[in-house]
Amino acid sequence: MISAGKLEKSRPSAGTGLGRHQARMGYLFILPTMLLFAVFMVIPVVMALYLSFTNYDVLSKNDWIGLANYSRLLQDNLYWQTFLNVGFYAIVFVPLNLLISLLLAVLLNRAARGVKVLRTFYYLPTLTSAVAAATVWLWLLHPEYGMVNGILSTFGIVGPAWTSQTETAMIAIIMMTLWQSVGSNMIIYLAGLQGIPDYLYESARLDGASRFDCLRYITWPQLRPTTFLVSTMSIIGALQLFDQAFVLTQGGPANATKTPVYLIYQQGFNQLQMGYASAQAFVLAMAILIFSLISMRLNRSEESIL
Amino acid sequence: MSTATGKGAGLPSGKTKNAPNPAARKLVNGLAFYIVGILIAIVMFLPFYWSVMTSFKPDEDMFSMPIRWIPTSFTLEHYVKAFTTVPFGLYFWNSFFLAATGVVLNLFFGSLSGYAFAKLKFKGNSAMFRVLLAAMMVPGIVTMIPSVYVLRHIPLMGGNDLFGDGGMGLMNSFWGIILPGASGTFAVFFMRQFFLTLPSDMMEMARIEGCGEFRIFWNIYLPLTKPALATLGIFTFQAGWNSFLWPMIVLNDPNKATIQMGLQAFSFNFQTDYGPMMAGALVAILPILILFLALQRYFIQGIAFSGIKG
Repeated sequence: MISAGKLEKSRPSAGTGLGRHQARMGYLFILPTMLLFAVFMVIPVVMALYLSFTNYDVLSKNDWIGLANYSRLLQDNLYWQTFLNVGFYAIVFVPLNLLISLLLAVLLNRAARGVKVLRTFYYLPTLTSAVAAATVWLWLLHPEYGMVNGILSTFGIVGPAWTSQTETAMIAIIMMTLWQSVGSNMIIYLAGLQGIPDYLYESARLDGASRFDCLRYITWPQLRPTTFLVSTMSIIGALQLFDQAFVLTQGGPANATKTPVYLIYQQGFNQLQMGYASAQAFVLAMAILIFSLISMRLNRSEESIL
Repeated sequence: MSTATGKGAGLPSGKTKNAPNPAARKLVNGLAFYIVGILIAIVMFLPFYWSVMTSFKPDEDMFSMPIRWIPTSFTLEHYVKAFTTVPFGLYFWNSFFLAATGVVLNLFFGSLSGYAFAKLKFKGNSAMFRVLLAAMMVPGIVTMIPSVYVLRHIPLMGGNDLFGDGGMGLMNSFWGIILPGASGTFAVFFMRQFFLTLPSDMMEMARIEGCGEFRIFWNIYLPLTKPALATLGIFTFQAGWNSFLWPMIVLNDPNKATIQMGLQAFSFNFQTDYGPMMAGALVAILPILILFLALQRYFIQGIAFSGIKG
């Protein structure tokens, strides 16, 4: 990009006056964006690190306390439990999310009458806000009169008290979030599927490959970039889980569905320990970064094997 | 599900096996596709159906086992109760105002700077754009607490002095929601990508004619981006309407609450009032649903774009 700028400067044809005027207008056009960016992104990121070394509490204190927040954090069992909680969530949610979205996309990647209507139906849940969806699911998962247990009881199964049992509360969040997110990932997969050239399938079929072979050896490898995108986004989403846990289970029972963001919110805005909450947020941000790097690395190494 | 896999993968593999009757084979294939497809559609739609039914049926129908799939009588009492116990109408308006303002500002600032990054030559153009892109990876949780600090200490606002002390700044004001999201990085990125696809010679021509830079942008290039603006506008509106955590942090005044906050508070305070809860949830979903059904094309384009981006 630097070379382009130099090129522009040394080019005599357009006239330097016009070039300078254009540059001035360019700066003017991006000024509002860059100003907002500086105030609400650059300053907060720098401050986030600074605050994590202080005991800032909004009201009175704002002293430098060195690494005290971080050493406190190391012994904070609840904080690490929230990581285990979203870890469990991610281990169940991410593969299911990938699998279901891919299967839906493969199913609907055809030119048949009514496919568009089906796509619309699969996509509808993604339009709901997490709060509205959780409110609806609160009622769906009602232990006695909810629809889920009502359906289970017709098969003779006594459904659990989903949101108020430690074993099932996270499962409830996973079910709800799956319902809410497979539709948009299906669309992403559909875009990916449409990018696979037909001749791959045609030549494979000439060689006698079965449908499953095609799926395994053509579709799946060809969709690797899409899978990478969807899985990275859902891992990062898992680490930032909040709305669902806040509305559906309120982090309970017994902190079984408390997530890191939920804890940071409580620490920072209910107990006003913003310095400590900043340290928690910073560690979480690092985790998010590490996870996206790991998944990037894994995807690449797998590619070289295949 | 397993039938779904087998079904979608290929088309006429029956050629060799059932050579005598390919038409019948095709019919069975098609039938299986519709059965599986419709079953999944029903599963995806059931929660909507269930909540709509609940919102219209009287309490005694609600709490009955086995499930009554079709209510015996309709009532609007749950909607009346939801709107009279809490000011849902006001919340609805607040959310609408915030989301719509977000759309207008993002479309304007996003396309203005997207255009500059794509079409105008100035020093540091791509360096600054790269910084914006990199910032898209910063998770919101990092900036959450310091952003509150920044909002509280905006100079000369909300009772603050020149140095940003003394008052509440932009906390508990709509500006605290609007300003941090007024020119989202995604909007800039999205619009830049679109402007890059447009030819530059119109710009040269207009300059020779003596047209000003802003008019070139506003009168010549911006009208060409209508589809992109529609997609971006829908996405911004949906994000604004559905956002929950940040408005909950910034807004303390109950009269400024958004519909998501109001719904959460309602379901927390009236935990067994499932009828009004469902009524409220549906009211919160409805605007996006209408937007989607009216402008479905742009929705799908937007997701496909965010998929290609990666």
